[in-house]
Amino acid sequence: MRRSLANFSKTLVYKRAPRHELFARGHRACQGCAPALGIRYILKAAGPNTIVVSATGCMEIVSSPFPYTSWGVPWIHVAFENAAAVASGVEAAIRALKRKGRLNPEKRVNVIALAGDGGTADIGLQALSGMLARNHNVLYICYDNEAYMNTGVQGSSATPYGAHTTTTPVGRVSMGQGYWKKNLAAIAAAHEIPYVATACPSYPLDLMEKVKKALSCGGASYIHMFAVCPTGWGCPSSQAIKIGRLAVETGIFPLYEVYHGKIYRISYEPPKGLRPVEEYLRTQKRFRHLGREAVERIQKRVCEHWNWLKMLEEMTSTEEFEERLVELCAEA
Amino acid sequence: MAKRVGIEVALAIAEAAALAEVDVVSAYPITPQTHIVEHLAELVADGELNAEFITVESEHTAMSAALGASLAGARAFTSTSSQGLALMNEIVYITSSMRAPVVMALANRALSAPISIWNDHSDVMNERDTGWISIFANNGQEAYDLTFMAFKIAEHPEVLLPVMINFDGFILTHVIEPIHMFDKEEVEGFIPPYNHPHKLDVDNPKTLGPVGLPDIYTEVKKQQEVAIRNSRKYIDQVWDEFADRFGRRYRAVETYYADDAEVVLITQGSVTEAAEVVVDEMRKRGKKWGVVSLRLWRPFPFEDLKKVLCGGSIKCAVVLDRAISFGGPLGIVMSEVRSALYSDPGRPAVVGVTAGLGGRDIKFEDYVKMYEIGEECLRTGKEPEEVVIVGLRE
Repeated sequence: MRRSLANFSKTLVYKRAPRHELFARGHRACQGCAPALGIRYILKAAGPNTIVVSATGCMEIVSSPFPYTSWGVPWIHVAFENAAAVASGVEAAIRALKRKGRLNPEKRVNVIALAGDGGTADIGLQALSGMLARNHNVLYICYDNEAYMNTGVQGSSATPYGAHTTTTPVGRVSMGQGYWKKNLAAIAAAHEIPYVATACPSYPLDLMEKVKKALSCGGASYIHMFAVCPTGWGCPSSQAIKIGRLAVETGIFPLYEVYHGKIYRISYEPPKGLRPVEEYLRTQKRFRHLGREAVERIQKRVCEHWNWLKMLEEMTSTEEFEERLVELCAEA
Repeated sequence: MAKRVGIEVALAIAEAAALAEVDVVSAYPITPQTHIVEHLAELVADGELNAEFITVESEHTAMSAALGASLAGARAFTSTSSQGLALMNEIVYITSSMRAPVVMALANRALSAPISIWNDHSDVMNERDTGWISIFANNGQEAYDLTFMAFKIAEHPEVLLPVMINFDGFILTHVIEPIHMFDKEEVEGFIPPYNHPHKLDVDNPKTLGPVGLPDIYTEVKKQQEVAIRNSRKYIDQVWDEFADRFGRRYRAVETYYADDAEVVLITQGSVTEAAEVVVDEMRKRGKKWGVVSLRLWRPFPFEDLKKVLCGGSIKCAVVLDRAISFGGPLGIVMSEVRSALYSDPGRPAVVGVTAGLGGRDIKFEDYVKMYEIGEECLRTGKEPEEVVIVGLRE
């Protein structure tokens, strides 16, 4: 039962993944850039009837040096903090024009806002909250590479505890980022919007399914996409996919969905339980200074978070919630 | 037919936007603008206006959403004042640079600190160089007409620039004025349907707002400058068409008894009519005074101003500023007028006065003093460098 609900949209297999490429090759992203890979999958799932609103950041810079563009769909970039705000206006325009008969009311046009963790967790949080509260029919995707990579790896409020960045450097009296990563999926879910999910390009089918679900939920949706940045994290570009998988398998970044802010579903549970976080941490230079005590602190936190998610899933797996979920999926 | 009705000016401005059949309104409350968006909300709620009304969470988002809507093919309107405009500044500049023909009603109000909800022009002067077409209304009727016409100017395929209509907060927004309000049928066809040639369209995907490397940025800015300079002829065209159809004529520079005046006061906004009352009274006492109102602020009407001020009877132009450029020329409009006339051998003396900051009332005798500063300049033959703040308590 649960499996079928979690995969209520048409189940994808690699062979059946759309062949169109709406994010063209030749962009200027670094080797092994997981955000760029993620966008490719996102647009495969969303299809050509999609308008993308980008915040200033890595993916905007690498994809649009005039006169070149990687975007095979209509695309707009305005500023750093306002992707959600611009997307709100675009979506409202589409709604008005459809109602007035100036756009075909039958034609579905997706609106996707795209921003990094700085543009989402920090400077764009207010605009995001406004858009989610107003329940615009927009999918907001945060590609979280855990720092301001475009400007040279400065810490954001999504930078993980203990990580070295250029503004949270490791020094004689500092061990890197001094506070815990902001839980953006929980913040988005607190708006009780129809659909929130976490995803990672290392799990492309899961990512594409979630994009499809989000775009068909009928209101505001949020996907928090964990996206490995080899340049900023200090890891070989060949390891980007593997490190994304390790983040999920260690519980550093669990994959889950939240329906209407209440119903939690874990998308992937490592069959043999969570692997130790150390396996993940030791793959990246930004964590290499961390001693045993810090690693244990992170391990404890990860376990707590995982248990909290499991508890939420269990609490919302009663018959009543299952029925409600079926209703919600049917409405969408 | 047009009815003359007693209506609060803020409400009339909202009616003007509704008359233009805006598609998207992004609204955030700020005094003294709030009644405009409140009234638009009512019109939408009652089904009288078929538009999306977005209750945004800040002015920054108000302008961002208007920009997004405009480039997605919708006629977009927003309205603000003071701090709201200052907060949206970043996107105000981008909106003109991305050629989004948004129309904004700006109820002019002083900037903090100290916080003041009252009228002056420090908000609009702070946005002087953002690339918007900027127009001043001197009374409620003008605010209504100019807001309505702004859409036609902004969306003209040869213009495609945002327009802000300035009108004084409280002094205009909150008064009830008899205003000629149009019927829908009467203005039928005046504003053509909005169709941006470079909009977000899934059937014709375009990339908007790309990175401009040093090899292209200068050329983009030059294009923008050419566009706003060229907009002038279309502004005149729209105003002329309006005059032909509805009888009320608007000019970039308006004059009152300027033909034979020796001293004129250069004004923007509601002070214009107050100055005209002073001129009426003082002409009875033999004073050859007049008023020149700078309606069009951007693009700056260089030639019109020269034609009015240079080579005729006017010996001194006293420029009334409602904002301060700290540590600079003090008078912003004054320094622009002075520099616009600089090369003309027949130019009058240009003197600056500043008054009416943060809602300070400008009284009859204050206007008289401004003119007398001009007369003093003529007597001594000296153009004073110093800008006098009239009405300052010492």
